[in-house]
Amino acid sequence: MKVLVPVKRVVDYNVKVRVKADNSGVELANVKMSMNPFDEIAVEEAVRLKEAGTATEVVVVSIGPKQAQETIRTGLAMGGDRGILVEYDAETEPLAVAKLLKAIAAEENPDLVVLGKQAIDDDCSQTGQMLAQLLGWSQGTFASKVTPGDGTVDVTREIDGGLETIQLKMPAVVTADLRLNEPRYASLPNIMKAKKKEIAMKTPADYGVDMTPRLSTERVEEPPERQAGVMVESVSDLVAALKEKGAL
Amino acid sequence: MDRIVNRRDLAFQLYEVLDAEALTSYPRFADHGRDTFDAVIDTAERLALDKFAPHAAKADAEEPRFDGQRVHMIPEIGQALDAYVAAGFMAAHRDEADGGMALPWTIAQACAALFTGANASTTAYPFLTIAAANLLSVHGNRDQRSRYLQPMLEGRFFGTMCLSEPQAGSSLGDIRTRAEPMGAGRYRLKGAKMWISGGDHELSETIVHLVLARLPDAPPGVKGISLFIVPKHHVDDAGQVGARNDVALAGLNHKMGYRGTTNCLLNFGERDGAVGELVGEPHKGLSYMFHMMNEARVGVGLGATMMGYAGYLYSLDYARNRPQGRRPDQKDPASPPVAIIEHADVRRMLMQQKVYVEGALALTLHCARLIDQRDQTEDAEARAALVRLLDILTPIAKAWPSEYCLDANRLAIQVLGGYGYTRDYPVERLYRDNRLNPIHEGTNGIQGLDLLGRKAMIDGGAAFKALMAEIEATLAAAEAVHAVAPLRNALARLARRAALITADLGRLAAGGDVATALANSTPYLDMMGHTVIGWMWLRQALVAAAALDAGPAAGDRAFYEGKLAAARFFAAQEIPRADAQAAILESHDRSALDIDDAGF
Repeated sequence: MKVLVPVKRVVDYNVKVRVKADNSGVELANVKMSMNPFDEIAVEEAVRLKEAGTATEVVVVSIGPKQAQETIRTGLAMGGDRGILVEYDAETEPLAVAKLLKAIAAEENPDLVVLGKQAIDDDCSQTGQMLAQLLGWSQGTFASKVTPGDGTVDVTREIDGGLETIQLKMPAVVTADLRLNEPRYASLPNIMKAKKKEIAMKTPADYGVDMTPRLSTERVEEPPERQAGVMVESVSDLVAALKEKGAL
Repeated sequence: MDRIVNRRDLAFQLYEVLDAEALTSYPRFADHGRDTFDAVIDTAERLALDKFAPHAAKADAEEPRFDGQRVHMIPEIGQALDAYVAAGFMAAHRDEADGGMALPWTIAQACAALFTGANASTTAYPFLTIAAANLLSVHGNRDQRSRYLQPMLEGRFFGTMCLSEPQAGSSLGDIRTRAEPMGAGRYRLKGAKMWISGGDHELSETIVHLVLARLPDAPPGVKGISLFIVPKHHVDDAGQVGARNDVALAGLNHKMGYRGTTNCLLNFGERDGAVGELVGEPHKGLSYMFHMMNEARVGVGLGATMMGYAGYLYSLDYARNRPQGRRPDQKDPASPPVAIIEHADVRRMLMQQKVYVEGALALTLHCARLIDQRDQTEDAEARAALVRLLDILTPIAKAWPSEYCLDANRLAIQVLGGYGYTRDYPVERLYRDNRLNPIHEGTNGIQGLDLLGRKAMIDGGAAFKALMAEIEATLAAAEAVHAVAPLRNALARLARRAALITADLGRLAAGGDVATALANSTPYLDMMGHTVIGWMWLRQALVAAAALDAGPAAGDRAFYEGKLAAARFFAAQEIPRADAQAAILESHDRSALDIDDAGF
């Protein structure tokens, strides 16, 4: 079984993001970048499938600038076998990424595509769903447990009411939720091994995908500052205050 | 916000000032590149933030305790160290055949810095183990390396250094622990060892104590000290861990800081003697120990730097976000308060911390880079020159950061005011942790004696001259660079004065008045420290000035200009401190010597 894991290079989760002075976006100069945490969970799951003997090959894919190679290397140091980078410098949108991944899936023929449920930069949560639709494959989103069977995969999903387990026919697309696993650290010996693994360099043109954005960003602003609250003495005071604010 | 170190600064120090990438031209590091260095540092930072930092305050509040049988500590320490070992940090700088990744010492030290900055007391366990392992890899025999060193590199055994005794610490010539031969290359040890960090715990399968003791025929003093491996449990010929050896924990010391690290009084041979094996030749133990000690001293300086650095970053972030008071020109009491970073005296405290921690980081990483060069250089003469330079820099790299980065912690508390004095904020703990560093691995008083009494004078002052030649070379490179002129000029003057003072104190000692010369060894260490750190700032300023000339990348301008501003501050406010020490040294003051004991 072959597993394809798309990963995105995003602002590191420890960084406090700042809006650019001209309100055109967030400041990326001199900001630490790393793999989207949900994608790390996806890599971990794929590597565990390989360690369990279920998966035979784990291919890590990224679409982004040249530096996204480092993100792929992290995936390879965690246990991925080889990488594909589709080099593209401008901002990516889920639809274009899904189209590229569809083209890559057509070449690679994976049994499973595992990716993060969303990226922590734009929080879209669309790529996995769009990819499944474009491929015409089954999808199991927000997975907290993945159990492959014979030509099928059981996916436990986190839904509003609790957990739901569905069985998908493979090939399938699975998006990873936070509780699927705890990703490993790229160990030092594996960082050295990853250096020798192959990363194929591609461009969107190689796949005939038009990356032109369908959306335009008007302005990016800080969230409004939170107003100070007031302490109330009793429930009736609270009700009165809520009525006064028009909340009740 | 970076919490442990400014990663931009770390990259600046490693790649722009020290050109760490050039290390890959040595065959041993040929498989490496900036990509692997950065990937390793990323893993270290992440592990430090995820597994080390979160329990630093808890380990301080709930220090290990001894129930008479075993030591109990919070489980997070063991979990962090398991992750540290699993990621491969224990053996990182070792060859791939030993399970390592042949990482340069410079990069390994940068990683160690991140762990110490996150949580010094948990990091102490691997710090000691790596130091003990380095010693065994050089001086242990093949059997000892396979039975003890290999399990240490795998993180199964931890290590300690047992030098001090209750009655003898700085004066190791007076130790009393005895080792009696029992045949078959084994010895029975009896004696008490004090201040043993990591001396007992349940974190590893066993603990490998490296113990200084005297053989029955030993000459008196430091020439009669041998080094022994004494494990907490017997380790058989196949390397299997067996029953307890006769090593008993007499008690834990209750310390001001570093409270997550057990610190022990150990009794060797309460019953029939603790079984140990000799390392190397008899009576040479101290020189083996010092082989390790020099690197450990630079490591102490780096650790002190990182505790200062963590406090600096915390107080900087606080100053940017804490609104209080108004600028002098804001007369309207209804106007909104400003962040305290806008107040002049807060800026001074932040700048002072910046020049201390970034200057100390430059020096300690510079020493690590010299250690790499020393170990990889084939040419005997070049190697000897590097050894000389490291010899004279080591007491400075240990003492200066442990004095001034501790002072940085004091200033971080001050920036936070009353909040800084409470245990709700980490800066008071950083101060308490860092307060160890002027004391251990040779007190700073010992470092002063080592620098003035030995390193600066030995071989006709060869090491001192080598250091001055290095400083002169940087001064020459700075000759035509207008942006660094204030520091260049101030440092040139100070360096000349330091050279005259060194010659003068040398004459004083040679003339028989050793006491007066050595009475001022601490001001000497201080003056030389500021000279060397001034040199480190000039090196940084030169790189920053060149980067600004070349046109920096977007977002880098403020960083480089910050380096130049810090260099100007060092010239204006720190060099005069060294001048004050110089004036003391020139006066040959003996008032502390001359006062009668009864006069205190």
